[in-house]
Amino acid sequence: MCWDAPCIRACPTAIDVPGFIKRIAHRDDLGAARVILEANILGDSCAHACPTSVLCEGACVYNDVDGRPVPIGKLQAYATDPVVQGGIQLFEAGPATGKRVAVVGGGPAGLSCAAELTKRGHEAIVFDGAAEPGGLNTNGIAEYKLERTAALGEIEWLKSLGVTIRHNTVVGDDVTFDELLDGFDALFIGAGLGDIPLLGLPGEELAGVLDALQLIADAKTRSITTDEFAGKHVIVLGGGNTAIDAARLAVRLGAEETTVVYRRGSEEMPGYAHEAAEARREGVAFRFWSAPHSVVGDGRVMTMRCTRTEPGDPGPDGRRSVVTSDGPPIDISADVVVRATGQAPRRSMLGELSDLELDSRGRVVVDDEHRTTQPGVWAGGDCVNGGKEVVNAVAAGMAAARSIDAELRR
Amino acid sequence: MADLAVDIGGIKSPNPFWLASAPPTNTGDQVARAFDAGWGGAVWKTIGEPVENTFSRYSSVDLDGKRMMGFNNIELITDRPLATNLAEIEAVKSRYPDNALVVSLMVESSQEAWHRIVRQAEDAGADGLELNFGCPHGMSERGMGAAIGQVPEYCQNIVVWVKEVATKPVLVKLTPNVADIVPPARAAKAGGADGISLINTINSVTGVDLDTFAPRPTVAGESSHGGYCGPAVKPIALHMLSAIARDAEAGDVPLSGIGGVATWQDAAEFILLGATTVQVCTAVMHWGYRIVEGMIDGLSGYLDSKGMASVNELRGKSVDRLKKWENLDLNYVIKAKVDQEACIGCGLCYIACNDGAHQAIGAERNGDRTKVWIIEDACVGCNLCSLVCPVSGCITMEQRDTDHDSINWIEYGEGKGTIEPRPKHGVTITAD
Repeated sequence: MCWDAPCIRACPTAIDVPGFIKRIAHRDDLGAARVILEANILGDSCAHACPTSVLCEGACVYNDVDGRPVPIGKLQAYATDPVVQGGIQLFEAGPATGKRVAVVGGGPAGLSCAAELTKRGHEAIVFDGAAEPGGLNTNGIAEYKLERTAALGEIEWLKSLGVTIRHNTVVGDDVTFDELLDGFDALFIGAGLGDIPLLGLPGEELAGVLDALQLIADAKTRSITTDEFAGKHVIVLGGGNTAIDAARLAVRLGAEETTVVYRRGSEEMPGYAHEAAEARREGVAFRFWSAPHSVVGDGRVMTMRCTRTEPGDPGPDGRRSVVTSDGPPIDISADVVVRATGQAPRRSMLGELSDLELDSRGRVVVDDEHRTTQPGVWAGGDCVNGGKEVVNAVAAGMAAARSIDAELRR
Repeated sequence: MADLAVDIGGIKSPNPFWLASAPPTNTGDQVARAFDAGWGGAVWKTIGEPVENTFSRYSSVDLDGKRMMGFNNIELITDRPLATNLAEIEAVKSRYPDNALVVSLMVESSQEAWHRIVRQAEDAGADGLELNFGCPHGMSERGMGAAIGQVPEYCQNIVVWVKEVATKPVLVKLTPNVADIVPPARAAKAGGADGISLINTINSVTGVDLDTFAPRPTVAGESSHGGYCGPAVKPIALHMLSAIARDAEAGDVPLSGIGGVATWQDAAEFILLGATTVQVCTAVMHWGYRIVEGMIDGLSGYLDSKGMASVNELRGKSVDRLKKWENLDLNYVIKAKVDQEACIGCGLCYIACNDGAHQAIGAERNGDRTKVWIIEDACVGCNLCSLVCPVSGCITMEQRDTDHDSINWIEYGEGKGTIEPRPKHGVTITAD
């Protein structure tokens, strides 16, 4: 048990890791869960979804002893699973302040913000456009990391704390921002990102071209089955963690060959190296320095045609740019092509807030306390950071809630 | 291969590893299987007037996932008919002539009763007798066991009675539930004992069930204090064994060391502090008779590595190294040293020293980790940091040259020399 534990600093929500492990050691499992959930109200899904090997466990001093860090993620799940999935509510809504906060988006950022506000006595109402809440926590995380039923179970637990969720309520359609601004004392935007946009490739409309997030969501709801992948050749376009998740999912669905096509090299890939290594172990191939050119087929996908690329000069962000090289196209036999080339920001939705500043990439601009440029409006999660981990969204949602609380008590 | 054969007070054994008088030596079948596994000797579970036992008898203390770090029992002596035990002793002895078969005895405090049981055990073929003056629970309430061991005069009287008729060597097993183990040891010797076995179990209550409030081991929601043994008691046993070994009066009595022996290293430590044989119970109750295989090979290999041809060469080599505190050298100066390459930056040494010892370690955040350093002027060389450090060999204690010759507390008090300047405490607190 470290004196000044680096795992705490490696956690975006700064969970007191030695503190909760000490309680487990003292057979105080509920106490351990309380320590975790006070710092991270979605500590249960984070225990399963977090890339611990690059966060808490990556920072563990025991890596230097025998390369085996304290299994923090497993210990966290040990403490939080029985509480959150078992419906044991350790917290209660604070004394009512009479203040109301509208939370746009029922993903990790919005849910954690709403829960923290509820604990502080404010009435928080989450507006979510989907039939089921949870955002990517429910539908976007590979099932072998976080089960859909667990994500939904966690939301039931949040409801038992007093969080209210309005499903099937699209902000902008079913309720306007103006109505929210008028009817509530503060607004938190945790709207996440939008769909993965089409790449504009010839043949992209062919049957067999799929959206990676839709694929993951369909697999989680069992509305896609192994019949559609068994024995097939699957191409995944992209180099991020969603691409790797989609490729590993394709393997699990029985694909015969799964190839990730990425226009840069292995080192430039934004996905985690440990995830890519797992994918390789499972049989996923990676084709680097190849850009999609067109999808060829007759009603259905038959071939993915790519062009070779090569590194160009470094861009302003330091990453090497990509230039298309001469030479014949590369044709890869394909039955399924999965687009995992990144979600687009929700520009049109966010554009309805006239004083809300977005940066050049469509991300909401916020200050240290997650205040946006529009008074009374806070934001956090993927719509601010461009797409990170669940734990980053939770950290932002809870920090915003603290700021909103301070503001509303002023 | 070093010779492991020993002779304790006239009892010969092919190796120093014996089973203690306890459940593992309850029946002839068990003792026979133990001898087959390699045990050099066995002390038969105490015979006497048969008793009835409770059902629930054992409880234990686990520590950080290690099961049975400490073990406790409220079981009494044998509950099998005397005739059955004697017949089985005879059968085992005839099948295993080379193993040491000692029979533990406990009867009421009458000369006649002791004479009778000694003759019965010897007639059955016992190589030696062990008088149970140690059992701390149940039997002691009936005036036997520890009730004898706790009163040197009783102890001596009964040994005298036994020696009046015994033709085989007599060991006396002592209770540790006394303020000082030496007087009963001297009494045993004065009575004519050929050897002393120790320690028997320590009075204990292992715990309380936090749901039912019943102490353990639970007998219908109630319990009784038991006898504690296992790895937890080894340091106490080593102390008591060595206290007798160092005693000018009783130190020449052969000793059979008992208390937490589970490995060859444990056995070697007992032997270094004066034991001729060691007796094992808890480790066998935990792992079975086969543990003796590793003990035999390990001790033999260790003796070879030390260039010793016989285990007898090892015996007692550390006895003189234990002294009264007042004889220790006040000018032996050591300081902690941290191997910064090996250090993983957990900061445990810092907080242990700062909160629990002498505020002699500095710490600061260095990147993700904690960087620590020894504050040489404040370090008293207490060893604590090296004890808590999770990395083997990372913190070592280094001896420092001093300007002064060795001096102990007595000499210092008599003004016969100078001691090194002592370390200073780093922080002084003031009223405001």
